[in-house]
Amino acid sequence: MEVDEVVCLPRLPRVAVCGGTHGNELSGVYLMRELLKMEKKETEKEEEPLSVLMVLSNPRAMLQCRRYVDTDLNRCFTHATLNGPISDAAPYEIIRSRELNAMLGPKGSPVAVDLVCDLHNTTANMGLCLIAYSDCDWICLHIFRHLQRQMPDIPMRYIHFDVSNKESYSLDSVGKHGFAMEIGPQPHGVVRSNIYTAMKVGVQNMLDWVRFFNSGTIFEGGFVDVFSMIKHIDYPRDGETRNITAAIHPQLQDRDFCQLHPEDPLFQTFSGETLRYKGNEPLYPFFINECAYYEKGIALSLARKRRVMIPAIRVQTEQEKQANKQEYPSEEEE
Amino acid sequence: MSYNNSACFNEARRVAIFGGTHGNEMSGVTLVNLWVKNSAEIQRKGVETKPFITNPKAVEKCTRYVDTDLNRAFTSENLSASGGDDQPYEVQRAQEINGIFGPKGSPEAYDVIFDLHNTTSNMGCTLILESSKDHFNLQMMNYIKKAIAPGSCLVLLNEHPLLKYSTSRSVAKHPVGLEVGPQPQGVLRSNIFEAMRVILKHALDFIELFNEGMEFPPCTVEAFRVSERIDYPRDANGNIIAMVHPNLQDCDWEPLNPGDPMFQTFDGKTIRYQGSGTVYPTFINEAAYYEKQQAFVTTRRETLVASSIRKA
Repeated sequence: MEVDEVVCLPRLPRVAVCGGTHGNELSGVYLMRELLKMEKKETEKEEEPLSVLMVLSNPRAMLQCRRYVDTDLNRCFTHATLNGPISDAAPYEIIRSRELNAMLGPKGSPVAVDLVCDLHNTTANMGLCLIAYSDCDWICLHIFRHLQRQMPDIPMRYIHFDVSNKESYSLDSVGKHGFAMEIGPQPHGVVRSNIYTAMKVGVQNMLDWVRFFNSGTIFEGGFVDVFSMIKHIDYPRDGETRNITAAIHPQLQDRDFCQLHPEDPLFQTFSGETLRYKGNEPLYPFFINECAYYEKGIALSLARKRRVMIPAIRVQTEQEKQANKQEYPSEEEE
Repeated sequence: MSYNNSACFNEARRVAIFGGTHGNEMSGVTLVNLWVKNSAEIQRKGVETKPFITNPKAVEKCTRYVDTDLNRAFTSENLSASGGDDQPYEVQRAQEINGIFGPKGSPEAYDVIFDLHNTTSNMGCTLILESSKDHFNLQMMNYIKKAIAPGSCLVLLNEHPLLKYSTSRSVAKHPVGLEVGPQPQGVLRSNIFEAMRVILKHALDFIELFNEGMEFPPCTVEAFRVSERIDYPRDANGNIIAMVHPNLQDCDWEPLNPGDPMFQTFDGKTIRYQGSGTVYPTFINEAAYYEKQQAFVTTRRETLVASSIRKA
């Protein structure tokens, strides 16, 4: 890739912002309610208005202030779950995932929304994270860079889960581009004003970037530090009851993204013993002590950090788009 | 000091430690499960100390409660109600607990019950007192505070005629609430867990010393007396329209003066405290209290006086 080469990408006319995918992650719930209220008052004055869909993903879970009713909605978006056979007695979230897929997708089709931003909170001390399935989606990476520059006081990281499109399971995978915006620490069932404000400003900056992009702005290239998830570590558990037998060590608690070296403390058992990290390489921990992950068998996740070069990008002009069509006519098939 | 100011109490022979009154408050759940398996740590000479999970169904689901809040369920109405399995789970459970550790108000009731709780509020270690005239409890709390120093352990007094509620621990002659935060629901933080463990150690030490005949001289105990419950600002439909202000968030026990920022609306406006004097807010932004219409409670500082006590 040449340094001066500008990559031209299709316009992003339709963006979806989703809150309440987990009903007790309240910054997103309250932010979406506010945005939905404001949407009714505002009128678009732009030449080419951006279509922003505001979605409350899991209304039943929101009403009960729970993560989910039957099953975790944010694991229901694999192709298999979206397209397989379904009965009337299917879990609520499976039915809901199909509704959302019809609204924002279908996943993998040309008519899916261009960008999905799914709002989440975590009990872990992660600051603001964009979580995506790709480390080469220039749209997502440029949005991240823009947020970093616009919000320098907020600790911000880009997390990459190396999962294929077929296996991708979360709501943000329904759009042509997508990411989760994860902000913590915030207890579930609570809204903290600083966390809410960070999310509000993050979403605003994200939408601003899309407008700039659509109007032809060139975004210069550079580099982004990407944290690629390698593995999870579960709590030590009792053989019979499966109850946890240790807590995250006090020296690890709240130290998300501080490098963890072999032999560093991981857990403290209830009898006071320190259990240490036995891996071979230093890695970066995150989602340390996320409440919802106890039942998923995850005490913390570990990532490798690498520097990714991103090219300069701008929106494709109409001519370039037509030229592209002629070269690849099969892309236009419905 | 005249001898008339000395209060005599029977030895505290039967003590219970309740965990899981709210099934997602993990320090208590974890400690009680530990001690049910191996009670060596909580043994004291001459005391029977029983660790007990009060709401096992809620613990299993890692939720605060199943049908209704167990820690509000110990009203005389509930405790004397009939209706068997038709009653809400927690009402049935309250009756069972009253049978084992009570009956509430009778001579057969347990001497002391420690009820272990966590909060999402930044309250640190807090001991909750239900009566300003319980000299035994006052002396215990004084002992714990001194033992923990320079660490902090504050005393919250809830004797308010309207805001006081019927707790699971109220079955005992001397109910003691332990509230440690901040900790998210469903999460176990090592430092919070250890802090609770240390408080209980000192509490049991006090009971052992008392039972051995030690006399505890008169003392004063700084306490925060519950004054008022403040709800979130809401719209006509009952929806919350503002959050705890960033200046107030995490400032439990710090003075809140008239005119100080209290809430911040979702579009950034500040709502200020309009009370007549300085108060000390606590339970600021406790997750479980959104549904109870409480953003925080205000308290007033008070010095309580405890008579000297010794065993009968």
